[in-house]
Amino acid sequence: MDDLLKEFLMETSESIDLVDEELVVLEQEPDNKKVLDNIFRLVHTIKGTCGFLGLPRLEAVAHASENVLGKFRDGVVDVNSDCVTLILKSLDQIKALLTYLEENEVEPQGEDGELIAQLNRAADGELSGGAATVAPIVVEDTPPASDDDLVIGDKVLVQKEVRPGEVSLEDLEAAFMAADGPDEETSEPEPVVEIEPVAPIVAVAKENAGPSIANQSIRVNVDVLEDLMTMVSELVLTRNQLMQMVRNQEDSEFKVPLQRLSGVTTDLQEAVMKTRMQPVGNAWKKLPRVIRDLGHELDKKIHLEMLGADTELDRQVLELIKDPLTHMVRNSADHGLETTAERIAAGKPAEGRVVLRAYHEGGHIIIEISDDGRGLPVDKIKAKALANGLATESDLEKMSENQILKFVFAAGFSTAEKVTSVSGRGVGMDVVRTNIEVIGGSVDVRSTHGKGSTFTIKIPLTLAIVSALIVESSKQRFAIPQLSVVELVRSRAGSDSQIERINGTPVLRLRDRLLPLVQMSTLLKLENPSDLENASSESGDTMSDDSFIIVSQVGANTFGIVVDGVFDTEEIVVKPTATLLRGIPLFSGNTILGDGSVIMIVDPNGVAASIATAGSAEAEAIEAEEKKRSGDNDDTISMLVFNAGSPEPKAVPLSLVTRLEEIEVERIEIADGQHVLQYRGNLMQVVCLSPTQSFKAEGRQPILVFTDADRAVGLAVDEIVDIVDEKISIEINSQTQGVVGTSVIRELATDVIDVGHYLLQVYPDWFERLEERTEVGDKRILYVDDSRFFRHLISPLLMAAGYQVVTVSSAEEALELKDKGEIFDIIVSDIEMPGVNGLGLAKQLNEEGAWAGIPKIALSSNNSPSDIQKSLSVGFLEHVSKANRDRLLEIVNATLIESEDAA
Amino acid sequence: MSDELMELENDHSESTEFVTVYIADQLFGIPVELIHDVFQPEAITEVPLSGPDIGGVLNLRGKIVTAIDVRHRLGLAARERTQKCMAVGIEKNGESYGVLIDRVGEVLRLPHDTFERNPANLDSRWRDFSKGVYRLDNELLVILDVELVLVVDIEVVAA
Repeated sequence: MDDLLKEFLMETSESIDLVDEELVVLEQEPDNKKVLDNIFRLVHTIKGTCGFLGLPRLEAVAHASENVLGKFRDGVVDVNSDCVTLILKSLDQIKALLTYLEENEVEPQGEDGELIAQLNRAADGELSGGAATVAPIVVEDTPPASDDDLVIGDKVLVQKEVRPGEVSLEDLEAAFMAADGPDEETSEPEPVVEIEPVAPIVAVAKENAGPSIANQSIRVNVDVLEDLMTMVSELVLTRNQLMQMVRNQEDSEFKVPLQRLSGVTTDLQEAVMKTRMQPVGNAWKKLPRVIRDLGHELDKKIHLEMLGADTELDRQVLELIKDPLTHMVRNSADHGLETTAERIAAGKPAEGRVVLRAYHEGGHIIIEISDDGRGLPVDKIKAKALANGLATESDLEKMSENQILKFVFAAGFSTAEKVTSVSGRGVGMDVVRTNIEVIGGSVDVRSTHGKGSTFTIKIPLTLAIVSALIVESSKQRFAIPQLSVVELVRSRAGSDSQIERINGTPVLRLRDRLLPLVQMSTLLKLENPSDLENASSESGDTMSDDSFIIVSQVGANTFGIVVDGVFDTEEIVVKPTATLLRGIPLFSGNTILGDGSVIMIVDPNGVAASIATAGSAEAEAIEAEEKKRSGDNDDTISMLVFNAGSPEPKAVPLSLVTRLEEIEVERIEIADGQHVLQYRGNLMQVVCLSPTQSFKAEGRQPILVFTDADRAVGLAVDEIVDIVDEKISIEINSQTQGVVGTSVIRELATDVIDVGHYLLQVYPDWFERLEERTEVGDKRILYVDDSRFFRHLISPLLMAAGYQVVTVSSAEEALELKDKGEIFDIIVSDIEMPGVNGLGLAKQLNEEGAWAGIPKIALSSNNSPSDIQKSLSVGFLEHVSKANRDRLLEIVNATLIESEDAA
Repeated sequence: MSDELMELENDHSESTEFVTVYIADQLFGIPVELIHDVFQPEAITEVPLSGPDIGGVLNLRGKIVTAIDVRHRLGLAARERTQKCMAVGIEKNGESYGVLIDRVGEVLRLPHDTFERNPANLDSRWRDFSKGVYRLDNELLVILDVELVLVVDIEVVAA
């Protein structure tokens, strides 16, 4: 393609984008002379250049638009929405013509008579109803600028009129300068980046004369920059090698010059990096127009606010987020905001707001798109998720609102009732998510019903250079992008952070959560016997006791990658892997380290995907369950299954177990006739499940540790078998001490252990053993307690006594159940709870509503006469000590019999 | 460049130039035009999950080169770890590859009248990679189909 034409296409596309933007501003501020001048100038330049290049069709359209703008400028025609729409339309036409021109290098056949006629009518004021004086185009015969070549000088751009078909060199030059950054969307022949754009560069109108900002920047082809980047990377590597060599020599004459070289190299690297950075505002340029058009189309008043437009990020990243951003802003304006009428009805300002905000946060750029609209309809999302088969009813029950909201990122998901031309077609958000995840970013959503919703995009600053952790596994080194690394845990045998195994699956206990672990060497199939000198020692247990765990987070999944060693963090230049190797999803690229060796970059997304997908679903389910144990009887409970003493499996609710320990059996000492273990600076008594059971003769003894407050008891078991999620129903009540009953777990009759019994053995005052159980009918008990320990202790006890038990962890949750219309035969409530306490709950319930008549029992650890008095005063029937469980059962029994008699 | 290779059999010029290389004591020829450079690979990094046909990745003057090992596909025993090797650098679609070989022979200009198609009884694995054979005075030179050598299917391994 002709170079001149190429330049023209590039410059014109950019000018048009700028005009788009400025027009929207003009529409809002019709009296802004500066903006109008600017627009006029840009359009005029386009027209002039078209004439110069012999593009009559383009020229005609541009000319007609310019006419209208000229009338605006002279104040003959008022700036109004219709005229602006018309000019925007003509700009679109110009864009279409340009696209054709780029593909075919000639203007398309045909003409734009109708559009031009409309524009002319507007110029005559017929459209706006303004003064209809027909003024001829001001034609001023200006001699061309004195300098004939296109050297970028230090001159102020002068505003003047040129005949159609003529263009001054200055104008041409202005056209080449009068726009900022590249705009791939307008498909220029070659991407070009502008070096160090200080601000969005626009041709300056004459009133702000002075050195033109445009003169301080030049255009450089992106390829040149990329090459520069590569060369600098090379330089850095060579520098590092040299430094290494000199470091080994005591007294080198190279030392000083090398230090200088090193400093310069670093500066150079930073400078080149900077050339790649562009303000995020470049990706936002189209948005005002998008919003304006949307507003007209949907008949909504929308105010778009853009904050932090000068936040810089890598141009490559910028290109990649442009489309997702546009889509999300559209979504916010279309789905998010209500119609004007709805807004007024809801008592909101008529004008809806969409706020775009960008800022830096720890090596990331955060972009927020928020609106003050109606918020995401959780119920609709639920229904849609159900209809699309993304989740079952029971899945949804367990999910938090946030988890439900995330369904909007699932494929084929749209809750818009009607499909508008703008959005609601059910594609989009999943594409947005995919696009953002491709560049190592993530997207999240928050929403408040009636208040609006906020989408948050988190993206890395640059793709080319990332900070990575260099790790070692099976004697090979790998890089893991630090972006996804949450923390590093050093695991050592016997320490707090020790790798534990459930049925061979490694897990780590990290702040009360189980973290699934994956061994890097297993994942990458690094086991190569010939590679390991001491193959025999490593073949037994691939996970050595001393290892590092890299806790990574990808989306909602958190997992640990186990490696043998961690070296350090390095800034690495990411290079794509050869096409041949792209089939391996676990690598996102490779890089050359400072020492010249090539290493593979592990892709955390790939790792997450390779970890059984079921794992994540389960983890979320458990999380949801913990969060919202709203006491549905069908809820499953995680049970820890183990063997101890006898061949029958035994089980205990996992949530009751504080820790799983494996200790050297020698560490169990005998003091005062009891088995004790020095555990975390205290003595912990270790008990066996049954007299027939004994500790292991040697090796490691698995122990379940139960704690409450400062007390701990260890329960020695033979073997931990599994953790299962089961609906727990006690089938047979046990006569044996220490067994709550028998339940079917993993299709085997399993004894459910009464932890209380063993706690009691150690601390007789913990609570007393219940000797007898009373059979009762199908009664429902609501048990409110914030302590998970007691919830899991009391509810099996009540269940074992034949009651249906629903547990909730707060008064608020109890009230929710009440609002749902649930009915219980008795309510047992803790007193000391955060938020509304037991007293408040009882008071509230007794005041009015369906639960006023339900007998209530207070269960507390504070049992002074005044405490009891307080409980009774708010309407509790009884006040029972938490330690006195048989008393609780007695009272529950008695109360229910009483109420039955009364009925 | 590869046109030369394609027209090898019906080339009207009388001879073609080959770089000869040894893989497991067998002499192979690669058209000289296809070869970017010949180098001694240092510090090859293995690529996990890539299978036996990928020798690894290495740094050649700041460029990451993917090393290709044809031994497995030719049914030959894997290279000893300690064994020194050389690589023939080949560029394809802007990416750099290094075909691992044991040692480099010489550059030979061979007349076309000494060329023959693959013998019918050649191992099928070899037949895939061989474009034909030149009869040298005391040895046979197998012409390596470089295009095919660079096609490695690793998806099976990755899965």
